[in-house]
Amino acid sequence: MFGWTGTILRIDLTKGKVSREATDPQLARDYLGARGLGGHIVRSEVDPKTDALGADNKIVFAPGPLTGTFAPAAGRFDVVTKGPLNGVLAASNSGGTFGPELKYAGYDALIIEGKSAKPVYLWIKDDQVEIRDAAALWGHTTPDTTDLVRAETDEDAKVSCIGPAGEHLSLIANIMNEMHRAAGRTGVGAVMGSKNLKAVAVFGSGAVKVADPEGFKAAVMKARQMIQAHPVGGTGLRAYGTDVLVNILNQSGALPTRNFQDGYFPTADKTGGESLAAKQLIRPKGCFSCIISCGRVTKVDSPDYKGSGEGPEYETAWAFGADCGIDDLDAITKANYYCNEYGLDTISMGSTVACAMELFERGIITTEDTDGVQLTFGNTAAMVEMVHKTGKGEGFGAKLAQGSYRLAESYGHPEYSMTCKKQEMPAYDPRGVQGIGLNYATGNRGGCHVRGYTIAIEVLQNGAVMDPHVTDDKAGLGITFQDLTAALDSSGACLFATFGIGGAELTEMLAALTGVDYTLDEFMRIGERIWNQERLWNLTAGFTKADDALPQRLLTEPIKTGPSKGHVSRLDDMLPEYYELRGWDEEGVPTEAKLKELAL
Amino acid sequence: MAKVLMIHPDKCTGCRNCELACSFEHEGQFRPGASRVQAYTWEREGMSVPMMCQQCDDAACVTVCPTGAMHRSNALANLVDWDAGTCIRCKMCTIACPFGNARYDAASSSIFKCDTCQGAPECVTFCPNGALEFVDDEQHVRSRKKAYAAKFKDAFQEVS
Repeated sequence: MFGWTGTILRIDLTKGKVSREATDPQLARDYLGARGLGGHIVRSEVDPKTDALGADNKIVFAPGPLTGTFAPAAGRFDVVTKGPLNGVLAASNSGGTFGPELKYAGYDALIIEGKSAKPVYLWIKDDQVEIRDAAALWGHTTPDTTDLVRAETDEDAKVSCIGPAGEHLSLIANIMNEMHRAAGRTGVGAVMGSKNLKAVAVFGSGAVKVADPEGFKAAVMKARQMIQAHPVGGTGLRAYGTDVLVNILNQSGALPTRNFQDGYFPTADKTGGESLAAKQLIRPKGCFSCIISCGRVTKVDSPDYKGSGEGPEYETAWAFGADCGIDDLDAITKANYYCNEYGLDTISMGSTVACAMELFERGIITTEDTDGVQLTFGNTAAMVEMVHKTGKGEGFGAKLAQGSYRLAESYGHPEYSMTCKKQEMPAYDPRGVQGIGLNYATGNRGGCHVRGYTIAIEVLQNGAVMDPHVTDDKAGLGITFQDLTAALDSSGACLFATFGIGGAELTEMLAALTGVDYTLDEFMRIGERIWNQERLWNLTAGFTKADDALPQRLLTEPIKTGPSKGHVSRLDDMLPEYYELRGWDEEGVPTEAKLKELAL
Repeated sequence: MAKVLMIHPDKCTGCRNCELACSFEHEGQFRPGASRVQAYTWEREGMSVPMMCQQCDDAACVTVCPTGAMHRSNALANLVDWDAGTCIRCKMCTIACPFGNARYDAASSSIFKCDTCQGAPECVTFCPNGALEFVDDEQHVRSRKKAYAAKFKDAFQEVS
């Protein structure tokens, strides 16, 4: 095969057994790889009602066909599993170099099943696969684990691992790759922890082969030039990182503030990408094959929060910043470093602290609950302390480690959890940007911005312009973005490549690489198939129309200050049209005709 | 005019597009293990450094080569070239190179070293960061020296 390696690796941790199977060419064509192919594996092999942290759940690491080539910013992979935070068919996407290395080792996907009786890690060197004892690794942070694994395997091994948070089964635990890149969302780190799997190390010496080398190179050169000429993809992200969005969203009145009690944070500028570049940035960083370089190598000099590492991204700067009422960038960046070390998702972590702060200010919890900490909005030291507690799973941190929904529910007030399908929403207020609210509500993994980034049109005016405050045509916009992104994720490309290229260019690269005669229509149909695959699985797992919802606050409490003052989300104006355009019935269930059309 | 490959680690983001371009140009596939350039990353320090053959004037690999397979190119100045036909794969060049920039690849029974793509290096074309340059050998450090001098200039301006 071209593009794909043609082999899937399967490791049964219960039996200690390693096996290989051929990649089915038809499935590869219809689902590409990564989120799509990984999703198909989980859909075929895991009961939607199974316990996500039980031995019957499986966890799949899957790169896409473009992964490992010089297609611009296409070095990504997905971790696919039943997500423990909310029970969805979860796919958590990451950059770094782990995905390409898995391809070079010879695999389109790595399926891990069962559960080890004791801590282990995997060492995959091409076709040599070992399940090794990880007793000495247990308890270590992600950077230390990476170093220790490399010392035992190969100094150039690519390491994907969990930190202490994944070990103690925090539902907001992530998986870290090469120390700084995260498969961040849906709690995938806890699935590794539940299997007693501390790390996966890979070294590959093989190749990704190309069907039409000249055609592929020409398509890649064209895509590169389009991204490099784009003001965001070519210039903005390199200069200021994703954190450039802080000021843009604040000026749109859509920067959620103090646990979504407001949509405007007067001192947000202190936490934005421009401030970050002036104060902390050492240099931009790129994932494998990236030409955009949004990553931030940073250093904090202030004595209280001294350190170095990578980040923060926009979502992180918001979660620990405006959402917690904090404008101290040094504290935010330090909290980011700690999250990476403990292996915690920064979005869910920050939003869960914000939820706890609101519970505290409302008197629902007191210092008796918080281990004596005055957990008020704006208290930077308290915010950083909560990250430590969560990472260690100690005291109040054990509650925070379950995410904001379970935290707020345990005190009888789930309405203060800013989540969709129990996953924390990111940094765009649905009251200030209508389309993104529809995307959160219908998101197949819950509150998430990277499933249908309508912000690109509604706020950033990338290629088209739509008023963020209107609901007209937002259903169609959301669907287009959701389907395009599902196919893009599954190809191995980075979402940020869309700041320059679209489905046509991705299709062109995929066709030349794989030799499959893909068209743009088929590419978008693949995205729609993947979206419906996730929807079907979630429905079988027990989700209903009632879960396509936003927190009540966003529908009834208007934004109090700033440019979007007075606005609420009008989700109900968009949802029926969304179902109709999707080819789903009024209950949000895909019709037989739609399933047949998609060969599902 | 002779040109040399110049690396700027301060601009390298660790994306490894150079490795991909190199292996694609030479092997027609994406195999970083077959690349003549490697960009190494130290994650804790957030630093990446690309490494490839320096095309030494007084090249150890040429000196130790018993067959003349490793030789200074007649066609291009500043190029140490490798001839597969006369090479006996004794691997002396890989031992002699102090940088590790000549490697033996068992899969293809070849010595991998940078040949500057015969004067048009693909790694330079594909580097999105300006971390690799193919520049006139008379000028290549002049600009770096002047850039550093500019820092002194700024410092002196501030105190004077």
